[in-house]
Parts: sequence; C-alpha cells; structure tokens
Amino acid sequence: MKLSAIPTTVKTTCPYCGVGCGVNAQVGQDGAVAIAGDAAHPASQGRLCVKGSALGETLGNRGRLLAPMLREEGTLREASWDEALDKVAAGFARVIAEHGPEAVALYVSGQLLTEDYYVANKFMKGYVGSANIDTNSRLCMSSAVAGHKRAFGEDIVPGCYEDFEQADLIVLVGSNAAWCHPTLYQRIARAKQERPELKIVVVDPRRTATCDIADLHLPVKPGTDVWLFDGLLGHLAAHAADDSFIEGHTTGVADALDAAGKAGSLAEVAKACRLDPRDLERFYDLFSNTERVVTAFTMGVNQSTAGADKVNAIINCHLITGRIGRPGMGPFSLTGQPNAMGGREVGGLANMLAAHMDLDDAAQRAALQEFWGSPHVAAKPGLKAVDLFRAIEDGKVKAVWIMATNPLVSLPDADQARRALEKCELVVASDIVLGTDTNEAAHVLLPALGWGEKDGTVTNSERCISRQRAFLSAPGSARADWDIMCDVARRMGFKGFDFQSAHEIFDEHARLSAWKNGTDGQRRRLFDIGGLSGMTRADYDALDPVQWPVRTPGERTERLFGDGRFAHGDGRARFVPTVPRAPAHLPGGEYPLVLNTGRVRDQWHTMTRTGRSQKLAEHIPEPYIDMHPQDALLCGVKAGELARVTSDWGAVVARVQHGGGIARGSVFMPIHWSGQTASDARVGTVVNPAVDPVSGEPEFKHTPVRIEPFGVTWFGFILSRTELPLREAANWTRVQGKDFVRYELAGRKPFAAAHDWARRLLDVHDDDADWIEVEDKNGGMYRAVHLVDGRIEACLFVAQRTDLPARTWLASMFDKEQLEPADRLSLLAGRAKEPGIDPGPTVCSCFGVGRKTIEIAIRENNLCDAAAVTACTKAGGNCGSCIPEIRSLLAEAQVAEA
Amino acid sequence: MKTHPRLVVIGNGMAGMRTVEELLKLAPDMYRITVFGAEPHGNYNRILLSPVLAGEKTVDDIMLNTREWYDANGITLHAGDPVVRIDRKKRVVHAASGLAVPYDRLLIATGSKPFIVPVPGHQLPGVIGFRDISDVDTMLEAARAGGKAVVIGGGLLGLEAANGLLRQGMEVAVVHVMGSLMNQQLDPPAAELLRASLEQRGLRILLNRQTVAIEGEDRVRTVRFEDGETVDADLVVMAAGVRPNVELAKAAGLHCERAIVVDDTLQTYDPRVYAVGECVQHRRATFGLVAPIWDQARVAAAHLAGSGHRRYVQQATATKLKVTGVDLYSAGDIVGGEGSEDLVLRDRRGGIYKRLVVAGNRLTGAVLYGDVADGPWYFDLIQQRTDISSIRDQLLFGRAA
Repeated sequence: MKLSAIPTTVKTTCPYCGVGCGVNAQVGQDGAVAIAGDAAHPASQGRLCVKGSALGETLGNRGRLLAPMLREEGTLREASWDEALDKVAAGFARVIAEHGPEAVALYVSGQLLTEDYYVANKFMKGYVGSANIDTNSRLCMSSAVAGHKRAFGEDIVPGCYEDFEQADLIVLVGSNAAWCHPTLYQRIARAKQERPELKIVVVDPRRTATCDIADLHLPVKPGTDVWLFDGLLGHLAAHAADDSFIEGHTTGVADALDAAGKAGSLAEVAKACRLDPRDLERFYDLFSNTERVVTAFTMGVNQSTAGADKVNAIINCHLITGRIGRPGMGPFSLTGQPNAMGGREVGGLANMLAAHMDLDDAAQRAALQEFWGSPHVAAKPGLKAVDLFRAIEDGKVKAVWIMATNPLVSLPDADQARRALEKCELVVASDIVLGTDTNEAAHVLLPALGWGEKDGTVTNSERCISRQRAFLSAPGSARADWDIMCDVARRMGFKGFDFQSAHEIFDEHARLSAWKNGTDGQRRRLFDIGGLSGMTRADYDALDPVQWPVRTPGERTERLFGDGRFAHGDGRARFVPTVPRAPAHLPGGEYPLVLNTGRVRDQWHTMTRTGRSQKLAEHIPEPYIDMHPQDALLCGVKAGELARVTSDWGAVVARVQHGGGIARGSVFMPIHWSGQTASDARVGTVVNPAVDPVSGEPEFKHTPVRIEPFGVTWFGFILSRTELPLREAANWTRVQGKDFVRYELAGRKPFAAAHDWARRLLDVHDDDADWIEVEDKNGGMYRAVHLVDGRIEACLFVAQRTDLPARTWLASMFDKEQLEPADRLSLLAGRAKEPGIDPGPTVCSCFGVGRKTIEIAIRENNLCDAAAVTACTKAGGNCGSCIPEIRSLLAEAQVAEA
Repeated sequence: MKTHPRLVVIGNGMAGMRTVEELLKLAPDMYRITVFGAEPHGNYNRILLSPVLAGEKTVDDIMLNTREWYDANGITLHAGDPVVRIDRKKRVVHAASGLAVPYDRLLIATGSKPFIVPVPGHQLPGVIGFRDISDVDTMLEAARAGGKAVVIGGGLLGLEAANGLLRQGMEVAVVHVMGSLMNQQLDPPAAELLRASLEQRGLRILLNRQTVAIEGEDRVRTVRFEDGETVDADLVVMAAGVRPNVELAKAAGLHCERAIVVDDTLQTYDPRVYAVGECVQHRRATFGLVAPIWDQARVAAAHLAGSGHRRYVQQATATKLKVTGVDLYSAGDIVGGEGSEDLVLRDRRGGIYKRLVVAGNRLTGAVLYGDVADGPWYFDLIQQRTDISSIRDQLLFGRAA
C-alpha cells in the first residue's frame, strides 16, 4: 500500500454493481488517479460505465473518517484505536455476558470484501455463537438466494455472462440493466446489433431505458410476476416441456403446475398482470419456441413479499424446458452489489453458514466448528435485517456493529431503524466517511479502508472471483475491516483471528470450501474453491479472475448443472409450487398510488461515494417522483414543483416529473438521497417493512402512497464554494459541483428584507463585500452574487416559480479565477450575454444607436440625408447633437459607392 | 395673384425654428414668414452649449440654420432685434428697433429664462445663468483667468455647467438645495453613485445648502449659506431652474398661468396665435426637454399648415447627462407610488445601479446608472406601453439577455 513514484497500473475491480467490471487504476505523480477499463477482465472486456469511469473523482480525503471517534454526551471526539476497540470489545462482551449472544448483532454489507465478510461471519457464528449477522444484501439478493436454494439445493447462479451473447431470447425481468448493470447491458445491446434475430423481452412496470433494445416490453402491473411466469409454465407444459429432463433431473412438476394453474387462463393472467393478451401470447410463444433463453432478473423480482416465489416461478420455466446449464440458457440472477455473491459464499446472511454449509445441518455445523476450532457454531438462524432492527428497538438486541452500509437510509421504514439505533445501548459503525445518517446515531465510529485502499477479493454475478487491489495508502489511521474485527475478536479473547493479511483469510476460506466437501458422509457442496487454497502471497496477489467452482488448481467453471445434477441430496432440481399472491399492502383509500423505488444511472446507494463526483451529479441532480401526468393532475401536483409522498410509514418530498415511462397508478422514486444530501428525500422512510416470508427481503417495489402538493412560496438555488448551513429553507437538496456545492432550495416563509436574508443564507458578514443583486420584491424575484477578489464565491437565485436560469453556465463561472467586468451582469442574468450584432461605437446616445447600425441602414435603404437616417434608425431624432456625425457617415457611404 | 398670409415667429430658438421647418415640409409656400430673434445669431442647438463649454464642440458645430438657409427659404430674419409688443387688435408686432410687422398668424416661441435666485448680491458682476452663447462666452472668459466657480443647482444643467467649467480648468463647487443630485431624474441610490463619481472627477458637491447671499464688492467673491458657511467664488452660475418667458404674451393679454396656456393644437386663447416650446403650458405641464418640444413643433406646424388633424399628447420623457464618462439615463416616472413596483439591480463595486418602475404590468419609469445601453429600449417599452409580464424576470438584464 505504498504510493509508487513511478506510475504503475493496478488491476482491480469496480466497487459498484454486481457485474464486477475490471478496472485499471493508475496513480499519477500528482496523486491523481486515472481510471480505465481492463480489457483483460472477462466480465467487462474493457468496458466501464459512467459510474466506474468517474471512480477517480470519488477519491480523496474530503469527508473521510480518518480516525476512530467516540460519541460522548452527544458530541464526537477523536480516540485512539486502543480506546475505541476496547470500548467495542468490552461493550460486546458485557452485553453477551449479561443478555446472551443473541443480544448482539453485526449488520454488514455487500460492499465488504470476501475476506472481511469471512471474518465477520466467523466472529459471530463461531465465537459469539449467534447467527445475528445480516447484511444489506438481504435488501437486494436474498430472494434469489432462497429461490436458488429451494430449486437447486444450493445458492447457485448456473450460467455466465457469455450466455447473454449465445442466447436467442433474453428476458429481462424487473431489471433496468441499462442503468443498473450498464456494461452487461452494453454487451447485450452489441449482441443484439450483431445478431438482430436475438429477441429481447423486458418485463417491467416502467418503460425504462432498457426497453430501447427490447422487441417486446411487458409493462406488468407491479407485483404480478408470479402470475406471468405461472401462466408461462402452463403454456410451456403444453408446448415445450422436456419430459426426459423433467423425469430424469427434477421433482415436483405436478404440484408446480397445479399451483401455477391458479393463475388461470391466458386471458386471466393478462388481466391480472394488466397486459395486452396479444403481447402476453407473443411472449409465451417466443419463450416456448426458443431453445436458448436466458431469463435475467434483479430487484423488480427480488424486492417483493413474493420474491422467492417469483424467482422459483422463473426457474420452474427453465426446469420444465430443461433449459439450464447449457450455453445461452438459464435463469440468471443479476446481483446488485459488488460482493453480494462473496458474502453469500462465506455465509454472510443470518440463515446461512460459511462455504454454503447449512445452519440446519448438524453434521455441517460440526464440521465447521471442527475446522475453525471454535467454541461453538450458531445452531439457529439469526435475525434478518428488518427483524434485526425491530429487535433492536424492542431492546432484545442491545449492541450492533454496522459495517459499510447506511441502514438509516436503505432499510424500509427507515424511521423505525432510526428509533431502533437511538434506543440501542451500543452502536458501532465502521465506515469510510464521517457524515452519514447512520453514523449520526453511532456511539463508536471506526475508520475503514475504502476502494483503492483495501485489498481482497469479490465475486460477481457470474461466480467470478476477482481481486480488488490497493493502489493508495491508507488515509489517516484507517484500517481494513477484517483487521479491525480481528483486533476486537482478540480483545474479546477469541482464538483464530491472528490473520496478518487478506491472503491468509482467503486461504482459510478456500480450504474451508473444500473441507469435508462430499466426504466424511457430508453433503457435496458445489461451492468449492479448494483449488485456490495453498497459494503463495504472490500467487494471490496475481490471481486472475476465475469462476468457481475451482476444485483443483487451474480449474474454472463457466456453467453448472449442465450434467443435470443439482445440489439437492438426490441430485434433482425441485419445481417449487408458486401460488400467485398479491403484495402485502394494496393501494386504495387514503393511499391510492403504488410507490416503486430504484436506482438512477449515475448514483450508487446512499451517494457517500458517487455523491462526491460532479460529473455523476449532472445526470439526475435531485430526488424526484416520477408519475403519470394524469395522476399528477388528480393529485394536484405539477411537473417541476415539489410534492409530498406519504405512506403509512413516513413521508418524503421530491420534485415531480413525468417521462419515466410509468403507468397510471404507479409512481417511482430513486433510493439514493439521504439526510446528508436532501432535507426530506430518504425514501426508505416511506417504504413499507413487509418482507418475503421465505427470504426476509422487503417489498421495496410496492408501497401504497398518497401524493399531494408541497406548498412553498419560493424556489431557488445556491452555488457556493463553501458548504452552507441551510436553516432558512423548507426543502433543500445538496448537489456536488466541481469547485462548489449546489443547493436546490424551496421555502415557505416569504423573505422580507432580501438583502439581509441572502447574506445570512450565504453566510456573508462583511458589509463591504463585493455583492451584486437584483430584486423584484413584488415579483418575488431575488438574485445575488457574492464575489471575492474578482472571483465568484457564491450566488443565490430565488423566484416564485421554478423557471430559474440553468445552473450550467453559472457553474462554469466557478472555473474562472478572474471574471471580466462584462461577466458581472451576466452572472445575475444567469447566462452569457448573447453575442448579437455588434452595433459599433455609439453615435446617437439619446436612442443608443451605434455607428455600424447607421452604416448598415444607409447602405441597405439608400439613405441620402440625416432626416432619412433619423426616420429609419431614430438616430439624431432627439437632441440632434449627433447629426454632424450622421452627415459624415452619409458622405463616407457616398464616397464608398462612387 | 393671391397674396400669401403672413406668419410672424417671435423667437429664433429651437422650438420656433423646428416649427418653421416642419411647416415648410408641409406647406412650403403658404406663408410669408418673418422671424424675430433676441440673440444676434442664426438658430443654434441650445442643448449643445454644454459641450461647447466643455470644449468638445465649437459654436459653429452647433449652428442649426445659417442665414443662407433663411434666405433660401424666403424667411425674413431679424436677429438681435427682440419684439417688445404685440398688438393683437391690429395684428402687428413691434420690435425694439421700431420695426412693426403685421401678421395673419403669430407663433410665440420665446422660450425661458434662467431663474436667478433673488438673494442679496445676485446682480453682482460674475453672477450669470447658463442659457445662451453669451453666457458660455462669459464662462469661458472667466475660466481663462482660472479661479473658483460655484454652480448653484445640482440638476442636469448645473452639473453640465460644472463639468464644463471643471474641464476648462476651474475649481468648481456645485451647490444644491436638496439632499440628492438631479432629484427630478434620479432616485437617491443613483444620485449617490453620481455624487461619488463627480467628486472623484474633482467636483465639490455641497448638498442641502440654501444659498442666502452672494457677496463681493465690485464683483462676486463668496457665496454664503443659511448656516453661515461660505465658499469662495470668482464666478457664480445660476442653474436653479428656468422660468417660462411670458412677459410679452401677458402684456398682450394672452391667457397665461405659469406659462402661455395652449390647447392640444398649441393654439393660445387667441385663435390667430400659437405658441410652442418652453414658454407654453399644456394642461398643467411646462417643458424643458427637447423631445416633447419636437412633438409640439410637429403639431403646431400641421395646424399652421391648415392640415389640422394632429393633437399634441404628452409622452414620457427621457434624460441623459451629457457629461463624458458618466453614464446615466432616466426615463418616465421614477418616483413610483401606490400600485407601482420596483425592479432593482445593484452592483456597488461595478458602479452600476438600475431601477425599473412597473405599474400594472407596464414599465413606467427607469433609472440607470453606470450601464445605460438598454435605456432606449426601456424608453421604448414605456412609450409603447408594452405588457412586460412575460419578460419581467429578464427586464433588468436588457434586451439581449
């Protein structure tokens, strides 16, 4: 982790979505980091999306948590590592001693590296003796995990990205891949371009950007995917069933068809899904008649109280046709996070053990305990995310350690999560930044390493293990998450945490995967990377991306189940009966609309990293509520203005927009804004906390809401070189600019003395400050620019309506070290003075007529005396003092003509 | 052959001669025209006396009509021979030289006289107005001797005089009875910027000063204010306003109030007698700026020409200070009041101030300081009574914005 004097390129992987793109990072001599796609990485083949490309912009120490901190009587103070870790270790030990191991919990993240995750899981399940370790992957992936386990006997993604290129039909369900998995989407788009016969069907309530390449878009009614795939299963049973596969490799088809039958006829399914029956039939026929089908799914499927059933309904369709494990076909779970998969491999969920061992399998528990040499192994599932935070509020869990995630923003019923942490005796947060909603509730803050600083492995959606490598030195006293946890474990007297490097942890993890795997009377686990154990540090550092299983060195596995053998004890896959059922909370009465949530293209999670980039802020700078224009009309809200979105659980405020391709009855909000970036846009507060009974995944995509105008008397924005306290605005959003911060504002209280108000708002106390302003008191318009040494320092624009000048030109003025005098008034106009026609030096000052204007008038109209010039241009028509000049211009024109 | 009717014009200034020019355009051969002028010159542009004083223009530059022009148009000019009496009964005017000329139509364009504040000492040598070429000559002569000048009156004319004297090398103080300069045309913030700028150029500005006496033995030496303060002066220029020059009309029994009362056709109470320019009162208004006088000339000429379909309508006026380096524009109603709304732009460091007065979605006034490029545009919007509600937010940033 040393800064090299000579720029060297470090191969690593992107820390955002589950595609897991390879990144080449080069640290220049000035410390700037150049980012490029790694052409050698199999997942991305050199591609990077806009978020990945902007990684360099998100680095740097601004806003970072650089030292351990303790909160005492409400205020934070820096502490030494010893003091902070002693406090964590003693706090956990005390709670365990007084209330038992179920009274402590870890809440971790798909942002952790596999090695961090491994240590966290070992710490909780092997040493604390509780399975109370859950992860934000619960919010994203757990329905897929549950579906995989039910169908295959193990959490397995059978295919690989190449299948998208080899398929003849790709069905994207609940996936806006164009925005959320952009490089994979580009791979699909290119395949479609090269092979137009490749058909693409998008199943999504919204007409998203992904639909650009779709041959068919099925705008299903939210929450009806099981109807859709149950109907498909019935159709396939009649038209495309692979009887020998069903008979030879599966069980339960009859029950599944029986359950699927409850979805009804094609017409009934179409009605339930609110689809055109002709489109539905077209889809069923297409699926039925195409052998090579990949059905890729993501949050639109997973984040549902029927999430696991949706996954199984999809898998059922692949089992009945035997289209699995072979090139160009199979169900494909696209993971949201960079290392959700790695977390699953080490058992980072409350209902799993490490290395795909099962909590309810006593033999595997024993094997694990033997391998670890730990005092015990948790015997019952721990609390899943939503339940965990309920237990915290109920006082059952008294100490929680949160790592690399921001649950006060990302959990459903996020205000409940806040109440929970406020009641919790000990809240520890490991993070890379200081200012997050969650950190505000923590008693101990531990500075962790961020991307580019930490070292380890991640696994992407296609089971590809890649190295994330460090190319920056640790900022401040930050440490790796595994290192922090090992230190706490040792302080608690736990053995087995003497790791010196990520490499050592990975080795143990690899050895465990092969440990009693299919031997000693144990079930055979497909997750086996025994072939990666025993590597030297140098081998580990040089590890090329590889898809597991890797049973022997050099092996790699692109696809699983091609042999028709599944991970259940009998080797057969299970059809899981999926009876269609409606979402937990239905719209109606007070809450007539259904809120759907999701990502936007250029932001990631709660914006603690992407929010630092000006480039990424430009695409969608503000939280918004997308809705159908007719619904907007009914709710009395207007595009561009603010609306309050209220559910039974909470309320947020966002700007209304149309054009998100949403049907009537549904609305959409992005998930990214937190209390740090907006006053009232933590969408988690509105989301209902109902969870899938099998997977525990919350129903983020379906919350009944009501929308009403958020009345304000003014709209405005500020661009400022410094951060500002915004006490005077009823609503604000913070947007990162290049050399400034932008605040979008709206207010309720009319401002009386604008000049003083604006100075307070911009935090300017110097009476002699260089201050330019315009004011239209009755029109409710006020604009002010504060300059320092001829350079713009801040500006404020306020109006009664939302039609304020574009921010882009003003933003460009922050690049100028010295403004031209002519720029000053343009600043207030909010745009560059249009060049127009140069009228030349003024001749007639009464009417402001320039020399060139007069010359042109003389020429074009053949004017021959001063009176004619006056009649034509007004010049000379008042005081007449310029008539001699006009006469000489006339004379010159005559000479020129002669 | 039918004899042409006689038109006699009293006053060889801008208003009278513009009316004659307009008349000649409409009916070149209708009248036999005789013009009497008090000054011994042809017709000149009085507005440009300031640049002459400042040395930017010569007297020749500002001449409007030469004697040749009068001859060419068959006009009899009696320059330097003021009219002393009008005999309306006999329809004859009598000049100082004893010349008597009968008229069928009479046009009175006697203009105005500087208001000489009637304080003790106002008749001392060295106390002058700023009205005509001879005043300018007096000032230039005084300036050649150097010394100190006091200009009484901080309006448009006073500031132009002060600037001219300063340019001619005198030490100049401007004394103004009000608290802000050009209070007819500027609001206090603009006046304050103007004061600062003029002081920077070297003018001494004395506001809120009531002059009580002009002192000196053989000629002016000091000016004394109410509070006893005095300033030295080798020359005192009275620029505290003008008074319509109506003695002649009054003596002739024409109805006058503050000035000669005319109707919308510029006709006085005597149907044979018209009047234009600074000597007239239309409705309640008298006039000092050139734009409305040009309008009056057009209307009066039309009626004299017998094609009497025009009416004189008072319009908003605009003023600019003709002091090089000071950009200042004022138009329309700058006071505002009940129901009017202000749009204001302030850039103190940049030396720019703009205030637009809006009433009922129409621009009614504009005060511009430092950046006057859009003045004519605003003036146009005021005159056209354009509905500005759709461009209200952009208005202050000018036409190009």
